[in-house]
Amino acid sequence: MDNKINSACETCPQYNAKGLKKLGLNIENIDFVVALAGNPNTGKSTVFNALTGLRQHTGNWPGKTVVRAEGAFEYNNQKFKLVDLPGTYSLLSTSQDEEVARNFILFGKPDVTVIIVDASRLERNLNLVLQILEITDKVVLCLNLMDEAKRNNIKIDTRTLSRDLGVPVVPTSARFNEGIPDLIQTINEVATGKIICKPHRIQNVPKNIEKAVKRLSVEIKQQFPSIPNSRWIAFRLLEGDTHIIEALKTGELV
Amino acid sequence: MNQNSVENIIALSSDLRWQIGDDFHDGLAEGIYADASEIANASVQINNQKKRFRLDAKIDKIVTSKTWGFPIMFLILAVILWLTIVGANYPSSMLAELLLDTIHPLLKNGAASIGMPWWLDGFLIDGVYLAVAWVIAVMLPPMAIFFPLFTLLEDFGYLPRVAFNLDYLFKKSGAHGKQALTMSMGFGCNAAGVVATRIIDSPRERLIAIITNNFSLCNGRWPTQILIATIFIGAVVPASFSAIASLSAVIGIAILGIFFMFFTSWALTKTVLKGEVSTFNLELPPYRPPRFWKTIYTSLIDRTLIVLWRAILFAVPAGAVIWLISNIYIGNESMASWIINSLDSFGFLLGLNGVILLAYIVAIPANEIVIPTILMLTVMASGIPGGEGAGVMFELDSVSATGDILRAGGWTLLTAINLMLFSLLHNPCSTTIYTIYKETNSAKWTIVASILPIIMGFVITFLVAQIWRLFF
Repeated sequence: MDNKINSACETCPQYNAKGLKKLGLNIENIDFVVALAGNPNTGKSTVFNALTGLRQHTGNWPGKTVVRAEGAFEYNNQKFKLVDLPGTYSLLSTSQDEEVARNFILFGKPDVTVIIVDASRLERNLNLVLQILEITDKVVLCLNLMDEAKRNNIKIDTRTLSRDLGVPVVPTSARFNEGIPDLIQTINEVATGKIICKPHRIQNVPKNIEKAVKRLSVEIKQQFPSIPNSRWIAFRLLEGDTHIIEALKTGELV
Repeated sequence: MNQNSVENIIALSSDLRWQIGDDFHDGLAEGIYADASEIANASVQINNQKKRFRLDAKIDKIVTSKTWGFPIMFLILAVILWLTIVGANYPSSMLAELLLDTIHPLLKNGAASIGMPWWLDGFLIDGVYLAVAWVIAVMLPPMAIFFPLFTLLEDFGYLPRVAFNLDYLFKKSGAHGKQALTMSMGFGCNAAGVVATRIIDSPRERLIAIITNNFSLCNGRWPTQILIATIFIGAVVPASFSAIASLSAVIGIAILGIFFMFFTSWALTKTVLKGEVSTFNLELPPYRPPRFWKTIYTSLIDRTLIVLWRAILFAVPAGAVIWLISNIYIGNESMASWIINSLDSFGFLLGLNGVILLAYIVAIPANEIVIPTILMLTVMASGIPGGEGAGVMFELDSVSATGDILRAGGWTLLTAINLMLFSLLHNPCSTTIYTIYKETNSAKWTIVASILPIIMGFVITFLVAQIWRLFF
C-alpha cells in the first residue's frame, strides 16, 4: 500500500474516493440493503443515480417513481443494494404507492433507511421522517436540495437537527454530486454499527392515546420480544390497519 | 408465540380503539405535526428579508392564470412540434440517402455477386433491411428532438402546472386530475403513460386514465400526422402558408385527441365506471433550471435509443411479413392484393381504402411502420412505377414524390384527413395492450381499452366521409 498523503483531505475519514464502486444493476452477493424513502420530488431518484451509476428516469414532478427500482454500489469492499421507493407524504393512509414504501421498510427490513428530505421544506418533510423513525432506528437523514435552500436564504443547523432526531444528518445537492461521498460514508457507518442511532419518538401524542399505545405496546413486547417497533405496531392496531393485523397473525413482523 | 396471545392483542386493540373513539387518526397526526414544528423551529433559520420564492410565484401566476394558462400551453406544444417538424427534415433526408440510396444498392449488389437466391435476397434485403432502415430514417430524427425537448420541460417543472390548468376539466369529466400527468407521458409513449397511471390512487379513476391514454398521440404517430399534413393539408393553401397550415392541422388532431380523452372519460363515468371524483394534493414543485447537457444526453441515450430499438425489433418481422404477402401468390393474385381488394369496399365507407386498413393490421406491433407499409402496398396495388417493386418498403426522396404516389393510388384530401383521424383513433400498439393487461390484470378491461378507440375511429371516419361526400 502506498501511504503517501497528497492532501489534507485524504486524512479525513470522509475521504474515500477510491473506496466507491458503482455497480449498476449487479445486485448479487449483497452485504447490506439500503432503502431510499422520502416525500415526492425531493430527489430520491437523483441520489439513487448518483450512488449506483444507473440512469433511472428523473423529472421535476411528484410521483414520477411508481415502481421500486434497485441498484447497487460497493464501498470499502462491502456491497450495498439500494432500493429507490416511491415518494410518499405519510405512511398513515393506504394508497398503493404508500404501501409499496411502507411494506418495504416494515417487512423488507432494510439495514439502513436513507430518508431524503427537501431542505427548503423541512418541517413538512419531517412528518414522514418522524413516522419512519418509529418503524426503524437505522436511519440516515439526507438533507437534499441544499443548493435551493441556500438560494432561498434558508439555513439549517444540521447538528441541532441531528441531535433532536437522534440520527445522522448529511446535507447534499445530489444534482451536483455535492455531499454524496459524505452520504456514502455515513450509510456505511450506520450499516456496520459504527453509528448507533437513538431515534426521536413522537412526543406530542394526546394523553388518552399515549396511554392506550403504552398498554398495547407493552403487551406486544411481551409476546414478541424481537419486534423492534412495538409502538408503531400499536399505532397501526389502534388505527385498525387490517394489513398489520394479518401480518401479526402470520408472524411476518418478527 | 401462540395464536391465542395474538388474538388477545388484537382484542385489546379493538377495546382500546373503542375507548379512544374517532379522534385517534387526527390526534396522532396533530401530534406528529407538533413535533415536526418544534424540531424544525430549533434548527431552521429563514432570512425573510431576502426571500426568493417570488420568481416562482410570479411565473406560476402567469402560466396557471385563467387567461394565459391555456394559450401558453398550446403555444409551448406548438413550439415543440414546430421545432420537431422543421428540425427533423434535414437529418431524416440525410439518413434516407445514406441507408436507402447508398447502402441498400450496395447490399443488393453484394448479394448478387455471391449468387444469393432471389427469394432470400428479397426477404432479407428488400423486406427486413429496408423496414429497419426506414424506421431509423423516419423515427430517429423527430424522436431525438421531441424527447429531449419534452424532458427539458419536465425537468423544469412545467408538467404539474399543466395538471393544475386542466384539473377543472378532469373533475367535470369525472376523472382524476393527475390524469393530466399520465396524458402528458402518453404524448411520448402510451405504454409509459399507462404505467404512470399508478400515481392515481382510486382504482376507478386509474382505469379511466388507462383506457383513455391511447388518445394521446404517441411518438410513433406524430411522424404519420406530420407527413400526411405536409403533403395534403399544406397543399390546399398558398405555399407561404403551407407550414402554418400543416402545423395547425397536426395540433388540431392532438387537441381533438384531448377532447376525445375528456369525452370518453366522461362517458365512462356516466355509464360503466360510475363514482365520485376523489380529492388529492397536487404539489407545484419549484421551477428548477434543467441541467441542459445532462438532460439531452440521458434523454437521447435512455429514451430515444430504447424506443428506437423497440421500433426496430418490430420492423424486422413486419418487413418480412410485407415481403412475404406481396410475393406469395394465390392463383394470379398475391396475398396482399387479395386482402386489399376484400378490404377496399369497407375502406371506402370510411373514406379510407383497403391499403390503409391492411397497413394498420400489419402495423399492430408498432405505429411507426404504418406509412412505409402504406406506400409499398399502394405502389403494388396501383401498379404505378416507383420504388423498388413488389414487397419492398422504401422511402421516397422527397415529400412531393410521396404525395404523387399516394395521389396515383387514388388518395384525396378526404383520404388524408381520415387517415389522420384514424391514426388518432385506432387500437393501441401491441406493447401498450400488453402493458394495459399487466397493469389492470383484467382481460375484460384490456379488450375494452383496445376495441373502444377503434370503434370510435370507424364511427368518426364514417361520418366524416359521408358528410364530405354530400358536399364535394
